[in-house]
Amino acid sequence: MSKYYVNKFLFTVDRDPELLRRYKEDPRSLVASWEQSIGPKLNDAEISTVNSLTDLESEALINHDYVALFEMGAHFFLSLTIFIAIYDEDYMAKSGPLSFQREFAEKLKHWNGKDYPSIALWQAAAR
Amino acid sequence: MATLAAVLATTHHPFYLKATTMPPEQQMPQAAEWKRKVEAYRETLTRAKPDILVMVGADHFHQFFLDNYPTFLIGKAPRYDATFYNEEREFGIPKYVLEGHEELSNFMHQGLMDRGFDFAFSHELKLDHSIICPIITTRPDADLPVVPIYTNIFAPPLPSPKRFWDLGRAIREIIDEFPSDKRIAAVGSGHLSLELGGPRQFKETGPDPEFDRKAIEWLSTGNIEEILANVTHESMTKSGNATHGFMDLILMMGIAGPIPTAYHDNLDLFHTMEAYFTWYPEGAAA
Repeated sequence: MSKYYVNKFLFTVDRDPELLRRYKEDPRSLVASWEQSIGPKLNDAEISTVNSLTDLESEALINHDYVALFEMGAHFFLSLTIFIAIYDEDYMAKSGPLSFQREFAEKLKHWNGKDYPSIALWQAAAR
Repeated sequence: MATLAAVLATTHHPFYLKATTMPPEQQMPQAAEWKRKVEAYRETLTRAKPDILVMVGADHFHQFFLDNYPTFLIGKAPRYDATFYNEEREFGIPKYVLEGHEELSNFMHQGLMDRGFDFAFSHELKLDHSIICPIITTRPDADLPVVPIYTNIFAPPLPSPKRFWDLGRAIREIIDEFPSDKRIAAVGSGHLSLELGGPRQFKETGPDPEFDRKAIEWLSTGNIEEILANVTHESMTKSGNATHGFMDLILMMGIAGPIPTAYHDNLDLFHTMEAYFTWYPEGAAA
């Protein structure tokens, strides 16, 4: 599992209008090309060979599955921001302001009153 | 020596500008009250007649990411661009260019190092909404040079609440020693209880109104003992997963010292409690 790499996906796509458009329109193809050519980039000349997404992680990203991402401990700010970018306008037109954000909360309500999965990248094994 | 003219600690609701400038018929019912409160708060900075602003905020994965995330960082550039594409997209915050103050940045950086705060630094820093929101609310002309300070309230492991307080105390000593006749104001932003991307987000109130009530009481009375006795990373997590921005408000009170505010106000808004605090150290502007 690479929480870091999931966060890197959310970070790099959210800040780039063209990647964001492709992630909205064809997430499966965007996740595949991100893993191939965008995720490994350190800068224009250097690549990293260190990280990869697990199958569960890439499925969660392909499915825009913010519940699964929350449960994996993806950073809450990145996850909220990118899915607002993808869904807020359509929800707003159909169901009014904040309707997407409230549905997002509703789908996570089984976490109410519990300790959320940690967003820390390093965690000690449960004892 | 420089004069510390005012210390402001404020929440930074990124939708303030959008909420109060959209056509009146589309505005939320509280928009007019929100604007009145912000303008009254702005006056507490204007009245202090500052020449330079020390701005405290936290980068929300705009310039910095988990490949290289600074715990504490100072900007040392002659000029700062502000607000990123994804903030303009989501919040409708326009672009700004703020002048820097290299002399105070350098003096501050050295002073922090001398006091055991080994800061990261940046000579090419683009500011995000944690600094621009308080510019919009407290100094909308954006006409003063700034020294930006970023803290990590966002990517664990985080420094302790006590460390934020101590950092505020150190910044105060350095401002007091700055060899200049300028008037300096410190303006920092953070949160009370806040949930983002979790089950308690975007409710009618903030996720923990009881914490918000106590936090306002502690900050407005300068009660650092109660804050340090009650506020931990774990307690903030229980109050809402993004509540750790409260530590930047602790930092600001550290700059002022353990004294009551000259002014405080709050507004119970959808999803958060907005709160505004101003201290005038040693009666500087009162």
